Amino acid sequence: MDTLMKERANMFDAKVAKARCKAYRRRILDMSQKVSALHIGGAFSCTEIVDLIYNDLMCPAVNGGHSPDTFLMSKGHGCMIQYMILVEKGILSQADLDAYCTKEGRLGVHPDYGNPGIEASTGALGHGLSMVVGMALAERGRRTGGTIYTVLSDGEIQEGSTWEAILMASSLKLSNIIAFTDNNDFQSLGRTSLTHPSFYPLADKFASFGWETVECDGHSSADLYAAVTGRKGNGPLMVVAKTTKGKGVSYMENVPIWHYRSPNKDEYKQAIAELEAQA
Amino acid sequence: MRNTFSEALYEAATKNPDVYIVVSDISPAGSMAKFSTQYPERFINVGVAEQSMIGICAGLALKGCQPFAYTIATFSLYRPFEMVRDDLGYQNLPVTVVGMGAGVIYSTLGGTHHTMEDIAIAGAIPNMQIVAPCDPAECTEATRWCATQKNGPVYLRIGKAGEPDLTKGAEPWQFGKIRYLRRGTDVCILTYGCITKMATQVADQLQAQGKSVSLVSVHTVKPLDRVGIVEALKRHKHVIVIEEHVPQGGLAPQTKQLAWDTQATCRLDTFTLKDEFIHCYGSWEDLLDAHGVSVPKILAKVA
Repeated sequence: MDTLMKERANMFDAKVAKARCKAYRRRILDMSQKVSALHIGGAFSCTEIVDLIYNDLMCPAVNGGHSPDTFLMSKGHGCMIQYMILVEKGILSQADLDAYCTKEGRLGVHPDYGNPGIEASTGALGHGLSMVVGMALAERGRRTGGTIYTVLSDGEIQEGSTWEAILMASSLKLSNIIAFTDNNDFQSLGRTSLTHPSFYPLADKFASFGWETVECDGHSSADLYAAVTGRKGNGPLMVVAKTTKGKGVSYMENVPIWHYRSPNKDEYKQAIAELEAQA
Repeated sequence: MRNTFSEALYEAATKNPDVYIVVSDISPAGSMAKFSTQYPERFINVGVAEQSMIGICAGLALKGCQPFAYTIATFSLYRPFEMVRDDLGYQNLPVTVVGMGAGVIYSTLGGTHHTMEDIAIAGAIPNMQIVAPCDPAECTEATRWCATQKNGPVYLRIGKAGEPDLTKGAEPWQFGKIRYLRRGTDVCILTYGCITKMATQVADQLQAQGKSVSLVSVHTVKPLDRVGIVEALKRHKHVIVIEEHVPQGGLAPQTKQLAWDTQATCRLDTFTLKDEFIHCYGSWEDLLDAHGVSVPKILAKVA
């Protein structure tokens, strides 16, 4: 662990992370009452991962400048959690959220390059990791010390293009890439491990391509944090995070329809009650 | 052309530490060896993995670099099309996608290696610019421009090796402007890319017949110099378009549209490849001839 990481390790607090994630989920549920399309399931499965990246892993911006680190949301459909964090950080505004998916607004269902805090346009799957490789090369070339963080979906890693990037990241020994696979085991048509059993377990696939690979509970901020801070760092890191699609709301968990649907009023009330009841 | 491309790129990389080249298991000889030896960290070979070639260029450009993607034209544009469209076009990044050996230059390698629809395909993407130099010197100019421009993505359509010099003494090259290689008053030949060699021979023959001939390199195919082409349509009695591309989406239909829109009164003849794949082998000239494009066939029709 480098000096910077050590300093920040003292600041990491799993309880604080848990409280933040609860608040983000609640805000996403609130948003769901305004629009019919939200990709709520996929946002809930990567809430702890994206929270950790922004709030505990990325270097904070110094002197009003930019953070030397970059976050690229490769699974673009999970961007609602990213929007919530960017609003909290003042990079996006509440007005931006209020105008989500309207003709007056600038935020849509997938992240769009050019909007504050959005580093690349994603949504079409299998594009993110190659762009991450290019970004990591640029940072290495300039010796900025910048790290590129990304989150992939387990549906997305079926794309051949993802594996082209996997191959290049390790061959180029890009140790400034830290990637997470949001392994919620669901894609639009059902359980990924049932349709693609040959793909599992995932971790050894990444490892065989030369990535340092760790598996952990993707809803435990402490486990995720340990997975990253405990790395050797000779090459790119892949954290295969075991997650639950729709995590936090019982009727959404592992039910494919919540990939995209918004809850109705009664469902919303129940979801909020369940969230509030959690420790 | 690929040699002057790599020489110009090496120069650009020497001046600017943000110039990168990402190749897909193919690399121009000569100066590119110099590039990869001198700047190994900026010469990336992704192997036979064109989607990552485009994505990596996009990532470099998102961080402010000036990357080039380089391979045979079919593989630089067709295989990773969605990456070209989303990563480069939609995000409007200054990445140059080099399509080497475009058209039917790879005549004996078969249809999988022919690039007959690239202008239509690249041109359909908003933000995409297309530059197709006609000779090695024009390729140098175009490459220098690509290495410094920040407008957005470019599809740089180049030949292979052995193209003759056609632009000696011509007016200076300027992005977005048609370039007269010679000026006349009767006939105007509009063309771009490697087939300019054939267009030059047609121009010579027409001149030998006593006609006053303009020969124009329409090196910037997008954005097209509409003003320049409309003027050419007005100033000449007869305009001939010669291009190494299918009939749809290239220079020929765009010239016809401009002629219609401006009620041009000149005679207009267009020579393109057919809307058919080519299943025969032989030289570059043999393949063009199979689609009705040769000096004698053109002369017979425009007489």
